[in-house]
Amino acid sequence: MSDQQIGYAALLKRRHRISTCFEWTCRVATVSALLFLAALLAGVIWQAWGWLDLQFLTGFDSRRPGKAGLLAGLWGTSWLIFFTAIFTVPMGVGAAIYLEEYATDSRFTRLIKLNLSNLAGVPSIVYGMLGVTAFVRMFGMISAADGWTMALSLGFGTLEIPLPLGRCLLAGSFTLSLLILPVVIIASQEALRAVPPSIRHASYALGATEWQTIRHQVLPAAIPGIATGIILALSRAMGETAPLIVVGAMSYVAFAPGNLDTPMAAVQDPQRVLDAPFDVFTSITIQITNWIEQPKEEFQNLAAAGSLVLLILLVIFNATAIVIRNRAQKKISW
Amino acid sequence: MSTASGSGVPHSKAATSLHRSASLVRLKESGIRLLLFLCATVSMLTTFGIVSVLFSNAIYDVAPQQVGANGEARPNEAFFQQVSVTEFVTETRWTPGYTEKHFGIMPLVCGTLMISGIAALIGLPIGLCSAIYLSEYAAPRTRSIIKPVLEILAGIPTVVYGYFALVFVTPYVLRPIFQDMLGFDVGVFNAASAGIVVGIMIIPMISSLSEDVLRSVPRSLREAAYALGSTRFDVSTRVVVPAALSGIIASFLLAISRAIGETMAVTIAAGQTAIVTADPLGSVATMTSYIVNVSKGDAVIGSIEEKSIYAVGLTLFLMTLVMNIISQFVLRRFREVYN
Repeated sequence: MSDQQIGYAALLKRRHRISTCFEWTCRVATVSALLFLAALLAGVIWQAWGWLDLQFLTGFDSRRPGKAGLLAGLWGTSWLIFFTAIFTVPMGVGAAIYLEEYATDSRFTRLIKLNLSNLAGVPSIVYGMLGVTAFVRMFGMISAADGWTMALSLGFGTLEIPLPLGRCLLAGSFTLSLLILPVVIIASQEALRAVPPSIRHASYALGATEWQTIRHQVLPAAIPGIATGIILALSRAMGETAPLIVVGAMSYVAFAPGNLDTPMAAVQDPQRVLDAPFDVFTSITIQITNWIEQPKEEFQNLAAAGSLVLLILLVIFNATAIVIRNRAQKKISW
Repeated sequence: MSTASGSGVPHSKAATSLHRSASLVRLKESGIRLLLFLCATVSMLTTFGIVSVLFSNAIYDVAPQQVGANGEARPNEAFFQQVSVTEFVTETRWTPGYTEKHFGIMPLVCGTLMISGIAALIGLPIGLCSAIYLSEYAAPRTRSIIKPVLEILAGIPTVVYGYFALVFVTPYVLRPIFQDMLGFDVGVFNAASAGIVVGIMIIPMISSLSEDVLRSVPRSLREAAYALGSTRFDVSTRVVVPAALSGIIASFLLAISRAIGETMAVTIAAGQTAIVTADPLGSVATMTSYIVNVSKGDAVIGSIEEKSIYAVGLTLFLMTLVMNIISQFVLRRFREVYN
């Protein structure tokens, strides 16, 4: 072989060595990311071991770690997510329908779309600052000193709405709704876009109006995708802490919103249901934060147990979303 | 549609009723359209709300003077009506809660940038390498398992990351390495532990987004490179990554913007010492952790301390907004289009 050929063979060998090194670097990076996840889950489970029991799930918070429980947070988070869903679903889906089905490519539409992608990138704590000013204090239009209560008699109880809203559960829900609205809109838009135009054309050809087409053809076909997006957005809302702190969630509460601590109480005393949205509140995440900050060692275990409960709830939410998506994919044949 | 109210139809009874029901349908149609339009404007209102809340509390207050419970006039001035912008930008102390008040944003921005920097140092290389692995090396089956598992990292609540940093990263990773082996002093609260967990948090953002753009690079480009005798390394780093560079950079910018806005992990793990420092093993305060700590405390509404969170919030909002806009610009302007 000539010198040139030997040089080339050596070079080729080196290039292949570099290539193998690079492949292993990439593998190690991926595995290390997976290991981070494993370490995080293992750590939380290890710390929570023995602390996640029935007493923890059915008891209220306490200054003594052995007696403290997550019940106030569980109720708080359930109420928050319930109201957030009620506000976000119609608004988010409605906005997506408008943008996908009605809107022409005008300057205003483009502005809305640009705005949506920017809103999705705004830090959650900024939404908290919007919430505390807009909902808790209502822009200071009604000062807290001469605030008043609007009472609405409903037969089985009185709906008492304080103005300004104050640091109540409903203010927290409004804030979370605005926070996840862009996510819901973007996900719903994608689901609507996936419905083939031929379905719309067929419907129009049969004489259906725009709304009839959307209501009876497009929406049913897009529902699985929309539902997946909504569930994922709600699970994001469930894990949020910062905006709730800014809005004024209580770090230590030893009662559920409206004193409604069993589902039965809702039937026995409906007034409590009406009181709940305007009561002070805490959430699972807020309770975890509070426990992390306690100096006593055992509270760290409580924080881990709370985190584990939160993670289990998130897994349930995400599993539901995946099941819905998979079943829809099997059914749809276009 | 247009056939229902056609002008050529003679005015028989049937035609009239058809006409009337058609206009009723039309009324309903335009009503629904209006309703949906209003839904779409809520997102605009949110932006308007955020901007006006930050503006009116930080820059210029337009609200009329408020009167307190005892009839005294409350101070009703925005942050920058009481503190000059020059002080805000150039002062190096941030002590709104003390008797001697200084309002220099620098310590908070410094803390934020340090944590985001550490996060980027960890998240960007790992994220990009995972993306390359998933797109160029992994078998489809492996990818279909690993990608969703990695995305779990993005779904874990940030408060859990904070807990992990405080209870595991600092005592079991940082202390043994930096304190016991190298002799540095590692605080209970430190920027490094917060930066590490934020870095882990942004890995799936980068790997998912980058993998999508890497995979959208057409096969023919790779095959051409292989035909010329390239190794996989050459194909990945000299063909595929450059072709997808705009998407990769956009994902980097989005991830860093997320790191800047990250709140709970940072508040829990990094403490609240607002100082300009280069020591990642000491406690720092970030913009987000300052806002949380003031909100938790009992700052009087309308006081300068309470107003200061809006000035900090405005700075944070502008920083993340600029990063997001640049990322969108990069994505649009430098996208390579293949057919």
